[in-house]
Amino acid sequence: MNLTITNVKRLGSTERESVTIEDGIIKGWNLPEEGHGETVDGQGGTIIPALIEPHAHLREPGQTEKEDLASGLAAAAAGGYGNVVCMPNTSPVIDDPAIVRALQEKAAGLGLARLHVAAALTQGQKGEQLAELSALKEAGAVMFTDDGRTNENARVLRLGLEYAGSLDMVVSVHAEDATLRADGVMNEGEVSQALGVPGNPTAAEAARIARDVEIVAWLAERGNRPRLHVQHLSSAAGLNRVREAKRRGLPVTCEVSPHHLTLTDEKLRSFDALYKVAPPLRTQADADELFEGLLDGTVDCIGTDHAPHTQAEKERDLLEAPFGIPYIEVAWPVMYTRFAEKLGVEKLVDLMTAGPARVLGWPEPSLEAGAPADLMVFDPETERKVNPATFQSKAKFCPYSGETLKGWPVLTVVGGVVAYSAE
Amino acid sequence: MTAAGIGGRPRHLLDFQDWAPERLSALLDGADTMLNVLSRPVKKVPALQGLTVCTAFFENSTRTKVSFELAARRMSADVVSFAAGASSVSKGESLRDTVETLTAYQMDAYIVRHSASGAAHLVARYSGKPVINAGDGRRAHPTQALLDAYTIRQEYGDLKGKKVAIIGDVLHSRVARSNAELLPKLGAEVTLCGPATLLPLELGQMPGVTLITDPREAVRGAHAVMALRLQQERMQGGYLASMQDYVNTYQVNEALLAEAEDGAIVLHPGPMNRDLEISGDVADGERSRILKQVSNGQAVRMSVLYHLLVGRD
Repeated sequence: MNLTITNVKRLGSTERESVTIEDGIIKGWNLPEEGHGETVDGQGGTIIPALIEPHAHLREPGQTEKEDLASGLAAAAAGGYGNVVCMPNTSPVIDDPAIVRALQEKAAGLGLARLHVAAALTQGQKGEQLAELSALKEAGAVMFTDDGRTNENARVLRLGLEYAGSLDMVVSVHAEDATLRADGVMNEGEVSQALGVPGNPTAAEAARIARDVEIVAWLAERGNRPRLHVQHLSSAAGLNRVREAKRRGLPVTCEVSPHHLTLTDEKLRSFDALYKVAPPLRTQADADELFEGLLDGTVDCIGTDHAPHTQAEKERDLLEAPFGIPYIEVAWPVMYTRFAEKLGVEKLVDLMTAGPARVLGWPEPSLEAGAPADLMVFDPETERKVNPATFQSKAKFCPYSGETLKGWPVLTVVGGVVAYSAE
Repeated sequence: MTAAGIGGRPRHLLDFQDWAPERLSALLDGADTMLNVLSRPVKKVPALQGLTVCTAFFENSTRTKVSFELAARRMSADVVSFAAGASSVSKGESLRDTVETLTAYQMDAYIVRHSASGAAHLVARYSGKPVINAGDGRRAHPTQALLDAYTIRQEYGDLKGKKVAIIGDVLHSRVARSNAELLPKLGAEVTLCGPATLLPLELGQMPGVTLITDPREAVRGAHAVMALRLQQERMQGGYLASMQDYVNTYQVNEALLAEAEDGAIVLHPGPMNRDLEISGDVADGERSRILKQVSNGQAVRMSVLYHLLVGRD
């Protein structure tokens, strides 16, 4: 079964080309028309590999009032994502191979973005007893994490890194020292003190990364093969701990989220819990340093940490409202509009496609013949305002509401099948 | 959310961000008039007749609630009280739903107390009606600061050049934050003082505000010394080694006040922990203006209600 996308440009080229897909694999470029099969017009847009989301909360099982696989994966596809890793802090927690299989089966029938499951590192994400890691891997889990919780017991994390390392699996961590974070609901600093809102110091993130890096260093030195991935870095201090670890040649990777690059704790002056997220929005100096981290290669990938909640939950006060910001549908336009020029489009694409693939140990996506046909076409020119009412996600609100952005996805193809079309 | 109202007059009193010094002085002048009303045999004026004021207290408070309710009633407003522990709200109803339900009863203004900083801002956003913040989390307690300012002004005639030392648990205090915002706008200098664990350095960046950990240095030359209430739970939080350790250094007592200006007055936002943050003899002594603060509070709150509710649509 063939599909041909016509009228698209590759990065750095002005030539309008066509790409033909056969059985989910890129067959070739600019092939004669008789082999095209079904055709889709790329409308002169730019074609890149479909984005990879290393970190999203799709809330299934058990929290489907916030999001479910159908809404979350439709939102991802509309955002240009072809592959999405969902986090296991659900209800029940994804710590059982049967849940991993059930989610994958359900997602496969939807024809949207492809689902990959991150399984819990510990049973119930309680941080006490390791989950059945090899069975979870066998079932298809792509990483282990207790995200949503912090790994307070350092010995259990050490055991997890050892065991997961032997399976060549990455352990990703929500790096915050919960005792230092305490009851903080926003960045601790000038703004939190002026507002009288309990703060979370950057030291909570940096100290936890320092601890985890030393565990990795020790394990690696004695011959283990740990792989540590630091999720959603928020602070300059945290970034510097990762930078040092990389200089030491340690197997540590990290991700940064668009909201930490583009928003600061000043947003909390509105007292709007929409901006309540963990780790919290920091200062402009932190955001600037995270951007430096993109430039100098400290940051391996971009992950949105898409964290939908119901509107009513986010309309509670700052202490009561849950942590998390949803915006997977506009993450690419946000990043493209803000950073395509400063960063270079190629670098940005790398951070949102090949970057996450390297972290996960997947082959790097490619547009060459023979590569899997996970593709995304975006319109680099047309500006449009963000209108959350049109979101596929159940969370119809977002911090970028009303902002004028460009780079909007036109087409997302997953395994040779159209998962999203702007038409 | 403190969108300016007609003629630059703020629509709400959430904090002092949008309040110009002249407006604040007008509020204090209004309190003079109200104090006069309160000294009459019949302590009631018809200014708010026909208006319904809702006191929405999501956190317990007896004193502030009584003060506001009396203030509203003495101006002939109908007063409706809504009391809910923060917990009952967390059982399902969002703050927005609660406020919209109340608004359906056609309230004309809200007086809001809540354990979360910013909650009064949210009520203003969701209700569309004038909101007076009666204390939100650690954020602000503007009428308390106004009555403090009024009490100091009563003593000295003017706040310009006056030095006010605020001593105690600054970190958790909305009273300290509101005073640090208000008093410099009226020309006073504020010194915040407390143990380093309870004295956030960032507050020193506010205009007219100095931070000092040594209480003797803090009260030197002060015209007014305010002791903040010390919550017993701060011990469990590890902020302090012991009550005694705090008392030894930070209690407002005669020995400490010897360093202040002659005739310096003593304030406390209440309720007091006698012989903890303030010694009993000072609380009852001639420097104390603590009971005066309470009666001034009613007049100040009447003035605030008048400014926000009278003379607009």
